[in-house]
Amino acid sequence: MSPGVLALVSALAALGLMLANGVVLIYMLRKVLAHFHLRLGPMRVGWHGLLQTPADVLKLLTKEDFDPSATDLWLFRLAPFMVFVPSFMAYLAIPFSDSLSFTPLDTGVLYTLAALALVPVGILAAGWASNSKWSLIGGMRAAAQQIAYEVPLLLSVIGVVMIAGSLDMSEIVKAQQGTWLGFIPRWFVIPQFGGFLLFLIAALAELNQTPFDMSVAESELVEGFANEYSGMKFAFFFLAEFSNSFVVSALAVTCFFGGWLLPWVPIDLPVWVDVAVFLTKTYLCIFVLMWIRGTLPRIRIDQLLSLGWKGLIPAGLAWVLLTGVVVKLVP
Amino acid sequence: MPESVSFAAFAVLGLLAVGCSIMMLATPNVVHAAFWLLGVMLALAGLFLALSAEFLALVQVMVYAGAVAVLLLFVVMLTLRRREDAVRPIDFSWPSVGLAAAFLVSVLVALRAFAPAVPRLPASAPGVAEFGRLLFTEWVLPFELASLVLLVALVGAVWWSGGGDR
Repeated sequence: MSPGVLALVSALAALGLMLANGVVLIYMLRKVLAHFHLRLGPMRVGWHGLLQTPADVLKLLTKEDFDPSATDLWLFRLAPFMVFVPSFMAYLAIPFSDSLSFTPLDTGVLYTLAALALVPVGILAAGWASNSKWSLIGGMRAAAQQIAYEVPLLLSVIGVVMIAGSLDMSEIVKAQQGTWLGFIPRWFVIPQFGGFLLFLIAALAELNQTPFDMSVAESELVEGFANEYSGMKFAFFFLAEFSNSFVVSALAVTCFFGGWLLPWVPIDLPVWVDVAVFLTKTYLCIFVLMWIRGTLPRIRIDQLLSLGWKGLIPAGLAWVLLTGVVVKLVP
Repeated sequence: MPESVSFAAFAVLGLLAVGCSIMMLATPNVVHAAFWLLGVMLALAGLFLALSAEFLALVQVMVYAGAVAVLLLFVVMLTLRRREDAVRPIDFSWPSVGLAAAFLVSVLVALRAFAPAVPRLPASAPGVAEFGRLLFTEWVLPFELASLVLLVALVGAVWWSGGGDR
């Protein structure tokens, strides 16, 4: 295949994965949260509500494409794409197995974080263009929060990059092969536990997830920046949000939980096993995010921001310093 | 790496950068101007990528498009008292036109004086690891100086905002 065709095919495959993720994750979120609340969640459409999300997708697709009056029209129409495109781009470098990723990149970790860093611009655009108080407050909260937590997120993976000696995501996974003392998997979550905690908190904030979902806080801002959107435009925001939680979980699995590797088994497994292991780990990670979402209450925006700037950033810098010294001392 | 940058990529990205900067100057709405500025920053990242400067392109996206543009928008939205204040007439008074013209002339003179007529690309672009090594060996002094400048800016900003009991 020529490079152009190959690029097109892998882009379409990434889009397919993103859409499939969206459908699966919406169902999963509703079911998981429902069971945490001792409810049943969707039960009517299909077996245990399995066809509920496809039905919702059809509903969203056939809804009228509606623009409220008095919006900043072009920005209003552009904003869903400004959120969707970066979150789609973030799929590019994720390594599903040793040989399988959409595009292997030397700077994979940095690329993924850079793509995610573009998401708040779209959210801010949506908040401004909607010309509504709730939307603007939601958009500004989202932007302030994501700016504040981008730095700790970046700092939290620097330790991993230092140990692995590479920004390439599949190199990082390969550096986690083998075991310590014959039974502890050499996953970076053990030497980099501090980094992992930072990553978890910063990722929750980046994803606008409870306990850090002040930007869409349903009970005060009635959905925040997405307030004035309906139909497919709204769906784009939510598709992006779900796909971001997949990307961040995949990043966590790659950097801290050994990617496609299984401990205690030989490393030359067939590709489909690697992919299955990777996806299982990623979905487990998403489940933990949903667990947190179902457990903790929302905190206040000023508490969140002071935690980010005054707590996590110094902690991140200290952790990088510590890791640097240890990496230099222990060959 | 090729001897020169692909002309098509350069043309598209260059036109995008120039077009977005013209729009940024032409729009009377400050919020729109900030979004056009974002366009310029992304086009510049694309130009860095066309020059095989992968790391620089990603940092450009992350720092300038992802953080500086967002902060700019944030500050504009935070300080506008009414939504209508975002739209302001473009200032065509003599002092502003003179200032702009003086800036243009000085940039052109500086370009003629300092830049080689045909910049030459190196035979191979250094990878990220090599780039990092150079940054922390050969260029470590300028690198640290730059961080000192940022530190001064940071301290200045804190002082200016009236933090503590000054």
